[in-house]
Amino acid sequence: MPAPDTNPDVSALAAAPGVEEWYLDLQTEGARGEAAAAHLHGLLLRAARFEVFRRRGSLSELSAVELDELAQDAAADAAVSVLRRLGDFRGESSFRTWAYKFALLEAAVKVRRRAWRDREVTLEPEHWETLAHAGPGPDDDTEYGELLEAVRDGIRTALTPRQRQVLVAAVLEGVPIDVLAERLDSNRNALYKLLHDARRRLRAHVADAGFPEVNE
Amino acid sequence: MTGRDLDPTLKRLLGSGEPEIGCDECFAQLDRYVELELAGAPADELVPGLRAHLVGCPACAEEHESLRALLELDSVS
Repeated sequence: MPAPDTNPDVSALAAAPGVEEWYLDLQTEGARGEAAAAHLHGLLLRAARFEVFRRRGSLSELSAVELDELAQDAAADAAVSVLRRLGDFRGESSFRTWAYKFALLEAAVKVRRRAWRDREVTLEPEHWETLAHAGPGPDDDTEYGELLEAVRDGIRTALTPRQRQVLVAAVLEGVPIDVLAERLDSNRNALYKLLHDARRRLRAHVADAGFPEVNE
Repeated sequence: MTGRDLDPTLKRLLGSGEPEIGCDECFAQLDRYVELELAGAPADELVPGLRAHLVGCPACAEEHESLRALLELDSVS
């Protein structure tokens, strides 16, 4: 079902199957509104703790208390986002699921950035030369070597400096996109678009070099 | 050598070339998509481009896995 063009009003949402009563209370004043906000915070904290626990392996230097503080911060930031964007909820999922994703996002971003906080992000384009050591391909080595050279040449000549920087850092260096966004003063959506455009240019270059199958 | 036979590093460099949505649209649709998946509905048909995005974007893929896992946990607790 396509999304409606305008935000539905509360009375229309009340009839949607995924809408819990407490979601409607979030938009009211007084004790009911406060109870709904407390319920929301509990759900967000549960989701944030769930995410931090899943990703704790990348934060082995943090104590249990510090990990919980990270989850608390994520839940608080998620609550602000949820309340600011209540009008975006269209009842296409349960409100609980809709709210969860904000806490998971905030927690995941905080974990990634914390894990990379003291790590240098190398934005040296020359690092794509490491592609030469990616190992033999599944076919014969000559064909694979030619493909690698076409890719290296594409990275060298078909991309803008910024595209090269982001593609190499994100794919070859394994830098999380949220960490890159922070270091480059950008955001995930903008950097992914840049990455997407870089991949499209690279595929076109490699296809023109005699490997049209990369577009299959 | 076909696109499907490429090694993982080259696949990540080149991407799939399939039509895909961006990170913001993925976030907007993620709750609906995961609930459709868990209900056994054809999520990829109903939310086109999201699966291809998850293949190309490790961050959104992690959050998709987490939301799915959290809802699965809710369903048994």
